[in-house]
Amino acid sequence: MNPFSTHGTRSFRGVIWMAAAVVVAAGGLAMASLLPEGNPLHASAFVVSLAGKYLAYAMLALSVDLVWGFAGILTLGHAAFFALGGYAMGMYLMREIGARGVYGNASLPDFMIFLSWKSLPWYWWGSDHFAWAAFLVLAVPGVLAGVFGWLAFRSRVSGVYLSIITQALTYALMLAFFQNGLGFGGNNGLTDFKDILGADLHAPMTRAVLLVVTGVLLAASLLAARFVVGSRFGNLLVAVRDAENRTRFLGYRPDQVKLLVWVFSAMIAGLGGALYVTQVGIINPGEFAPANSIESVIWVAVGGRGTLCGAVLGAILVNLGKTLFTAWLPEFWLYGLGLLFICTTLFLPQGIMGLWRHVRKPAPEEVTPEVSDTQGDET
Amino acid sequence: MPVNLPPLSRRAFGRLALASSAAAVGGMWRAGPARAAAPTGEPIKVGILHSLSGTMAISETTLKDVMLMLIAEQNRRGGVLGRPLEPVVVDPASNWPLFAEKARQLLSVDRAAAVFGCWTSVSRKSVLPVFEELNGILFYPVQYEGQECSRNIFYTGAAPNQQAIPAVDYLLSEDGGGARRFALIGTDYVYPRTTNQILVNYLKAKGIAESDIMVNYTPFGQSDWQTIVSQIKAFGSAGRKTAVVSTINGDANVPFYKELGNQGISATDIPVMAFSVGEEELAGMDTAPLVGQLAAWNYFESIDTPANTAFIRQWHDFTRNPKRTTNDPMEAHYIGFNMWVQAVTKAGTTDHDRVIDAMIGIRQPNLTGGVAEMLPDHHLTKPVYIGEIQEDGQFSVVWKTPGLVPGQAWSPWVPETKDLIGDWSKPISCGNYNKATKTCLGHKHA
Amino acid sequence: MLKARSACLVAALWLGGALLPGVAHADAFSGLSSARPDETAATVSALAGSGAPQAGAVLQALGERHLFTTPDGGLYIRHGEACIDARTGQPVAVVPDGLKPIRLNNRIRTALAGAQAEMGLIAPQADIRLKAADALYGRHDPAMLLALDHALSVEKDRTVRTRLMQARAATILAQPPGQGAQDARLEAVRSLAAAGGLEARGILAGVARSDAEALPVRHAAQAAVSSIDWHLRAWGVLQNAFYGLSYGSVLLLAATGLAITFGVMGVINMAHGEMMMIGAYVTWMVQQGIRATIPALEPVAILVAIPVAFAVCGALGVLIERGLIRFLYGRPLETLLATWGLSLILQQAVRSIFGPTNIAVQTPAWLSGSVAVGGMDITLNRLAILVFAGLVLGGLMLVLRRTPLGLQMRAVTQNRRMAALMGIRTPRVDALAFGLGAGLAGLAGVAVSQIDNVSPNLGQSYIIDSFMVVVFGGVGNLWGTLAAAMALGMGGKVLEPTIGAVSAKIAILVLVILYIQRHPRGMFPVRGRGVES
Repeated sequence: MNPFSTHGTRSFRGVIWMAAAVVVAAGGLAMASLLPEGNPLHASAFVVSLAGKYLAYAMLALSVDLVWGFAGILTLGHAAFFALGGYAMGMYLMREIGARGVYGNASLPDFMIFLSWKSLPWYWWGSDHFAWAAFLVLAVPGVLAGVFGWLAFRSRVSGVYLSIITQALTYALMLAFFQNGLGFGGNNGLTDFKDILGADLHAPMTRAVLLVVTGVLLAASLLAARFVVGSRFGNLLVAVRDAENRTRFLGYRPDQVKLLVWVFSAMIAGLGGALYVTQVGIINPGEFAPANSIESVIWVAVGGRGTLCGAVLGAILVNLGKTLFTAWLPEFWLYGLGLLFICTTLFLPQGIMGLWRHVRKPAPEEVTPEVSDTQGDET
Repeated sequence: MPVNLPPLSRRAFGRLALASSAAAVGGMWRAGPARAAAPTGEPIKVGILHSLSGTMAISETTLKDVMLMLIAEQNRRGGVLGRPLEPVVVDPASNWPLFAEKARQLLSVDRAAAVFGCWTSVSRKSVLPVFEELNGILFYPVQYEGQECSRNIFYTGAAPNQQAIPAVDYLLSEDGGGARRFALIGTDYVYPRTTNQILVNYLKAKGIAESDIMVNYTPFGQSDWQTIVSQIKAFGSAGRKTAVVSTINGDANVPFYKELGNQGISATDIPVMAFSVGEEELAGMDTAPLVGQLAAWNYFESIDTPANTAFIRQWHDFTRNPKRTTNDPMEAHYIGFNMWVQAVTKAGTTDHDRVIDAMIGIRQPNLTGGVAEMLPDHHLTKPVYIGEIQEDGQFSVVWKTPGLVPGQAWSPWVPETKDLIGDWSKPISCGNYNKATKTCLGHKHA
Repeated sequence: MLKARSACLVAALWLGGALLPGVAHADAFSGLSSARPDETAATVSALAGSGAPQAGAVLQALGERHLFTTPDGGLYIRHGEACIDARTGQPVAVVPDGLKPIRLNNRIRTALAGAQAEMGLIAPQADIRLKAADALYGRHDPAMLLALDHALSVEKDRTVRTRLMQARAATILAQPPGQGAQDARLEAVRSLAAAGGLEARGILAGVARSDAEALPVRHAAQAAVSSIDWHLRAWGVLQNAFYGLSYGSVLLLAATGLAITFGVMGVINMAHGEMMMIGAYVTWMVQQGIRATIPALEPVAILVAIPVAFAVCGALGVLIERGLIRFLYGRPLETLLATWGLSLILQQAVRSIFGPTNIAVQTPAWLSGSVAVGGMDITLNRLAILVFAGLVLGGLMLVLRRTPLGLQMRAVTQNRRMAALMGIRTPRVDALAFGLGAGLAGLAGVAVSQIDNVSPNLGQSYIIDSFMVVVFGGVGNLWGTLAAAMALGMGGKVLEPTIGAVSAKIAILVLVILYIQRHPRGMFPVRGRGVES
């Protein structure tokens, strides 16, 4: 028995609407931000950058939902891929600063001069080309996920073991990036960006375009994810999630299935990270913190696991709540956030999407809570 | 009430955001009823950008409280320009990107006339582009690594030459024990890295051999110091007087000192000079094994002046806790806030550009009997004190600089910046001006 | 040094009390009230050899900050309301006006320690003399040579004599090479070579490097350095092993509770670290409570805190299980989310109640300091934690294997339905098991409060390490937890001296990740049905 047993292409019709809504909202907001300041519909830069951040987070949530909701891999380290994508983009933005840094050095970023480095380390080569950066945004998380996943799935690491080692992975990366000697700016990370592709990052037009690009890429990722899970491959994925051994006995290769979706998901996360950096303006090792990965899982849980739309919805709602409550009740907002997580797991096991479905079509009979006994064949 | 509402407030989202920051926060933290000449008119908003949760809450919460106290006090005295001040408190939750977001909110949604905040260097680096883009004013109250000079930031904490260099001078002196070997122990982030880079160059210039300098970096929150302390012990047994210069980040100091005490290293054997240990950190430590260890600051709670006594009494009354300690960054906020009040009064407006210009040259008595002056590079003149830790968790001052030390944004001990100065007064108006080539490297204000 | 100093204080006390007061040596003291620390320090050094009868008492008072001065140069020793004239030792009826304490700085403290060691050399008790000799060995101050020679001429005790000889040797070598005969220096090198240790190595290495030194002495010193280095390396290995064990024992303590809640019950308890944090706060409250009520018991407050912390955290654990966890059985991954929310709430609650800053948990005297075992230092608090971790693990094993609760817990874990059919009240067992895990976390909190800082963030720094230990060892296996904790502790400490603390930690994480890839169930997998979900 599985609480997410209703699936198939039909239940993902909402995804198309969601994708459309994201594009329309991002486009509308971008237009509004270009209106003159006195106009009643004007959207401030603050709102635009917030919206961009939420949409980037939504991509991270979407990538988590792909592996957790459909392949049953509870990842506690997905923020690592997000941050790697961010760093890849950050390197490019750093090089775009050129001679406008505080030391006025055209070839070296400020933090390298501060470390008394004389030349760029090899892994920064080519980072001044946007195309190479864009390639790295997808390739670095993809390759890391590929190696990690190939090792893990081949030896059938699963369940909590997998969760904990994904957490160890992001933790190790965080410690590594904190080191100044690694060449990524240490604790301060990469910041004080000026331009992207020659356009001033602080200009309203650039911001508006970035927001639209983020919206479009999120929508595209949504549709791509829908295509993947709605296909035959998606059915296989769910089969692996629900009964890995049975699937294996039927002659499929669950490790390859998982690896594919795992790499795909990491690339979406990396893309999200890259878009995040352009709009937030800083990337630092804090993004690797295990707490961030756990939070991204929580966005998915709040929105509804295994629904794609839920991930996007959850990411936007939780982060909106965070923005409001950190300003509204600065001393007490953590209580609210904590309660939200507890209440979601207790009362909304299928998240907001579950609630939505429930309202539209009351669920038949309650599923039995002891899922574990019926899944005993997974040993 | 809020006139500067962005039009977006018509949307539900905007309405919520505004309700949150402007009305609710303002209402909650509205200073007590004004007594003297009750200020009237539209309130001037003052942003407070300190983490109230997460890892940095441990240090920053106090600074939020001291700002609330200063603002309440100013309102009792009649506000500024006859208008009341209204604190806007937000919680950036020790999350650096959130710092940037909250800074943007304070400047563009709340239209804060000035923002007091940040503790870590990374949080400052994170908000710096926002303050420069929106032309805001930030008062940064913590001792830091220097090598930065933004037109929109006033650095009211110590630059390296106002803390690290005098501290090492003291250790080299007879009174400080005449140390000839130095272990520079720090957490691996930009402040210790830069400070140690400066100190290594400085020590070499003072004739200390490279082999007599040991540099070691540890991760944040390091709690197992056994190996490093034993390395220090071995390093210190070479027959020459050894001292430790610690740039260990606040939290990791407790286990570090505990390990020192347990491995039997006392202040008379190997003194430890700390740059990040103040009264607030000592309040969380068992100070018995620490007696005699050193710290360098520009302010100590134990300094006996009428201004300091009054400040401490006011602080105890405000927090209703006679045991709350005061520390150096609190004094920095005290100076910074009063300077801002003077500058606004002088400029007759809260307009950012005019206040920034009015700030330079403002003089404000500090709490230890001197006068802080805002220099053209947006740093202050400060006295430097060396304190020894006492049993009661206070410091007893054992040494101070003869006069006030002007802060230097760019260190002359770093080869790349030895020719740089910051000067935001006309005609230079540049944050990184090269004295040798007489050019501005890009941070020029029109 | 600390110990040596306090011993000297005792000696000084004896001296001050035994000698008759009244002889005028007023000049010897006058420099003490000087505003210049160098003058005060010089006076302190001179006092030790001055033979002034009150010198011992005055120096002791100075060290304890009981020595006061008046503007007209009077010196008084004041304990509360009792006040005596320091120069004469006679009580004064009226406390004079304008008393100001004489300030200490490290220069004066150093001089004070030297002066007190010098006076300790002629104490009647052998142990005080030994400590004085120790102190002078460490200081190897050439000015002390006369005092050492004098002490050697009358010393009978063999241990003290040996130490005095070594102190003398160190002092001779500390003189510039020109002075004294070459034979004496050679003899001193031999003596120090026999003494061994870091101090001796430091002095000898200085001699071996010095160009002014005669060649035979340099060669002898070089040979001695090599031999000491070999010894030091050997002891260093043992010392490092102890560091590893002690670090491992901290990891073990932090992980045992999780081994129950996560390993046995399958609850991914992200609030585990917060239970530790609460245990540490309970320790602090117990200490404060005992100090306020029965100050005599303060040194053992930490022992009282152990059962209290276990009870408080255990009760809290039962409460959490009944109020939250029990609704989530069968959905193990969702316990992660709920307990993560809980941990946020607990952190913020503690922050609201106790404030965001660190609180000072006292370390009792019997847990401070270290004992020397051969060439290594065993710090007492670390040793205590090592023993404590062993006791906790042993106790837990007993509970699991020898008590009905343990039996029922194992039964429920292995087959819940069957256990229920056999009449076990599974909900009660669940609650007690979770309480046990939380209580163990509380115990870890008590231990951690002795080495780490206690703040609302305490739990966060242990949670990941704890999970790593449990997973690395094999979920559901306590021996595995033990082995994993020790392996991670040792591994970290073996790597740390060569590649630094950060890289060591990263390397360990990567190794664990790779290990799990090879052995997906950890080091000691539990075999059988139903362990997966």
